[in-house]
Amino acid sequence: MPNLSKVKTPIREQEPDIRNKNFEEVVLGYTEEEAIEEAGRCLQCKHKPCMNGCPVNVPIPEFINQVSKGNFEEAYKVITRENVLPAICGRVCPQENQCEGKCVRGKAGEPVAIGRLERFVADWHMNNIKNKKEDIESNNIKIAVVGAGPAGLTCAFELAKRGYKVTLFEALHTPGGVLSYGIPEFRLPKSLVRNEIKKIEDLGVELITNVIVGKSITIDELFEEGYMGVFVGSGAGLPKFMKIEGENLNGVYSANEFLTRVNLMKAYKKDSSTPVKVGKKVAVVGGGNVAMDAARTAKRLGAQEVYIVYRRSEEELPARVEEVHHAKEEGIIFKLLNNPVKINGKDGWVESMECIKMELGEPDSSGRRRPVAIKESNFKLDLDTVIMAIGQTPNPLIRQTTPGLKTENWGGIIVDEDTMKTTKDDVYAGGDVVTGAATVILAMGAGKKAAKAIDEHLKNN
Amino acid sequence: MYRIIKKEILNPDVELMVVHAPYVARKCEPGQFIILRVDEDGERIPLTIADYDRKKETVTIIYQVVGYSTKKLSNKNEGDFINDFVGPLGQPAPIHKVKRVLGIGGGVGIAPLYPQMKKMKDLGVQVDVLLGGRTNKHIIMENMFEEFVDNIYYATNDGSKGIKGFVTDKLLELLENGEKYDLVVAIGPLVMMKAIVNITKENNIKTNVSLNPIMIDGTGMCGGCRVTVGGETKFACVDGPDFDGFLVDFDECMQRQSMYKEEEEHICRIGIGDGNNA
Ligand SMILES: Cc1cc2nc3c(=O)[nH]c(=O)nc-3n(C[C@H](O)[C@H](O)[C@H](O)COP(=O)(O)OP(=O)(O)OC[C@H]3O[C@@H](n4cnc5c(N)ncnc54)[C@H](O)[C@@H]3O)c2cc1C
Ligand SMILES: Cc1cc2nc3c(=O)[nH]c(=O)nc-3n(C[C@H](O)[C@H](O)[C@H](O)COP(=O)(O)OP(=O)(O)OC[C@H]3O[C@@H](n4cnc5c(N)ncnc54)[C@H](O)[C@@H]3O)c2cc1C
Ligand code: SF4
Ligand code: SF4
Ligand code: FES
Ligand SMILES: [Mg+2]
Repeated sequence: MPNLSKVKTPIREQEPDIRNKNFEEVVLGYTEEEAIEEAGRCLQCKHKPCMNGCPVNVPIPEFINQVSKGNFEEAYKVITRENVLPAICGRVCPQENQCEGKCVRGKAGEPVAIGRLERFVADWHMNNIKNKKEDIESNNIKIAVVGAGPAGLTCAFELAKRGYKVTLFEALHTPGGVLSYGIPEFRLPKSLVRNEIKKIEDLGVELITNVIVGKSITIDELFEEGYMGVFVGSGAGLPKFMKIEGENLNGVYSANEFLTRVNLMKAYKKDSSTPVKVGKKVAVVGGGNVAMDAARTAKRLGAQEVYIVYRRSEEELPARVEEVHHAKEEGIIFKLLNNPVKINGKDGWVESMECIKMELGEPDSSGRRRPVAIKESNFKLDLDTVIMAIGQTPNPLIRQTTPGLKTENWGGIIVDEDTMKTTKDDVYAGGDVVTGAATVILAMGAGKKAAKAIDEHLKNN
Repeated sequence: MYRIIKKEILNPDVELMVVHAPYVARKCEPGQFIILRVDEDGERIPLTIADYDRKKETVTIIYQVVGYSTKKLSNKNEGDFINDFVGPLGQPAPIHKVKRVLGIGGGVGIAPLYPQMKKMKDLGVQVDVLLGGRTNKHIIMENMFEEFVDNIYYATNDGSKGIKGFVTDKLLELLENGEKYDLVVAIGPLVMMKAIVNITKENNIKTNVSLNPIMIDGTGMCGGCRVTVGGETKFACVDGPDFDGFLVDFDECMQRQSMYKEEEEHICRIGIGDGNNA
């Protein structure tokens, strides 16, 4: 008899008023009993609609079935056949648009908590089972992967599994991409990211940090060194600014800078050698996951008032539903349908931001109603800090130094969608560098697809 | 990990290190820089590549001990390791053949001037340099410059070497004496570069400067290093660090460089146990 509850088994979380002052994880996870109870809500649908929503094809009913029987390690094996980063995906996938969005239980009530179960299984494995190093027979074919974010990590893993000798080049001193420098500790503990990456290294992938492909070595030089294929997963790291007056004042950050200082450089710790400035009143401009993370981070660093300034309405907020919900609980103030026009300074520092009120007009090319400024509705927000979280584009380093690699006007690398092959022979690409800022799971899906195509290409030649 | 092959004390505040860093040494050009983290929890600090040896796969850095991280670096010795060392970053300096160049270096800015001037000499340019510092002790690398330059001038605050005064005083004197230059390359503190540009602008001598805003990644990811050049925002780490001095908004650069003054002093006071130079 399945569990007929219309709602997900509740999950334990830190209290909002406590957690908005610390960097410990917000969501505490299911116990074994809770996981089994939630797994009981799955109907084990024959046609598996949920799986159509998962870009890496996690065998969802199959793993949930194992959970419902208490076979957690079996469940882990089922998931990791297809997904190398389950502890991460379970936490950060926008499940409402992916797997859970397709779950039949969602038609009358809440869908099965697939993400929470995936996270539970990954955490259970991490806490209870010691990873064994797998021995894989090497085929001695060298492949270079550029960028150790979700796309690169997944591609490296999939190729190593097939016997390739993979070298993973990462520009920063720490692998993980956005998982390490962007998404905060309270949402994705870094110890867990390290642990997931170690699994990939244990498979024989050689990770070389502090190498910027395009600067330290070019893609053509990689081929000269005997690499037979290159996968580019360099992400979309270049922050956009609004190009409004006052944006270079002290106290204006890109979300990337603010989050990098705090996450990667650990500025949230008292003894960190990397400084960060927060101030008492902070406005974050934007409405995606990046904006929510920056706002919640600012709050935790002691800001008294933190605003989200977004030019569209609540319905259009691109962030995961859970992040918006958590942000509100933690006291973030949403200033929706507002757009900044100018940042005012005093002695070189931010003093206030002038905004204009917006209303929604006709739908634009994205199908969302276009925000239009309401004349003479300008008002001023007194602030110490402004954080711009209005999007990122791919960094130009690789396209500038790789002849034959075609890109879109906005910088995205052009690929064949079935194989992730670029316009340059033996060079593949995927993740944010192809799509522009998207999601972890789409980047992983692309890395996986490219690995398969690289393998097929090399096997047949 | 990156091994320190050699360490040398150049003066009371400035030290030199030769570091084994193959990926950097293979490709770097004058004008480019590296970012290093001294140890596991260190901050990322940028330093110019003062020299390199492609065969030995080494890179030379010359740094002034000014705060927490440079002090920690200074505590390292030959044979020790630097945790992270990434590069080459930034654009190579725009080096073209001109008839005659004047290189002006102030303090530790003398170090990055060296590879640029050497390369210009190799191109057949007539090279004069003007080096400035607080006292004669603060002037570094003069022997290395003397080996190849046509003329070398000095300016010190106390007159212990060259004229008593600033490099700008000497520059004005040279121009009044009728010396002609097609290009000035000025590297040093922002106030110095700004003052030089005020003079060269009036005399219509093209002037390149090297900017050193606060950086983290050095790859265009954070935007912290933004500077206004010719009314446009540029990221110094990818578009620079060298820019046309006539177009740089120096006042904004100075303001932005002071963003963490309080925090830096605080971090430095906490100290690093055996910190010397304090
Ligand atoms: C703050 C923030 C919060 C987010 N929250 C979520 C979320 O909750 N859920 C979700 O699904 N998505 C989220 N995203 C989006 C998601 O993180 C990205 O879509 C995903 O990380 C893209 O993966 P990627 O591998 O393509 O690129 P990245 O994660 O950007 O990794 C690229 C890596 O390549 C390295 N690199 C770049 N250039 C070079 C070079 N030339 N040589 C060598 N290495 C290079 C970079 O340093 C980086 O490590 C968030 C993004 C941000 C910024
Ligand atoms: C492209 C570039 C090249 C440079 N080359 C050299 C060089 O060859 N030799 C040299 O001695 N110095 C160089 N610098 C400056 C050097 O990076 C700083 O002196 C160093 O970071 C100071 O760190 P600290 O912790 O010891 O001092 P702190 O007390 O933390 O800072 C002292 C001052 O250094 C500057 N600074 C601090 N952190 C940074 C940072 N992350 N990035 C840039 N500047 C910072 C600020 O102006 C600050 O007020 C360069 C800077 C740049 C941007
Ligand atoms: S990987 Fe993401 S999309 Fe796929 S099942 Fe897990 S949570 Fe859902
Ligand atoms: S759609 Fe929902 S109920 Fe059906 S198998 Fe998938 S998770 Fe279970
Ligand atoms: S240092 Fe981060 S963009 Fe230049
Ligand atoms: Mg410092």
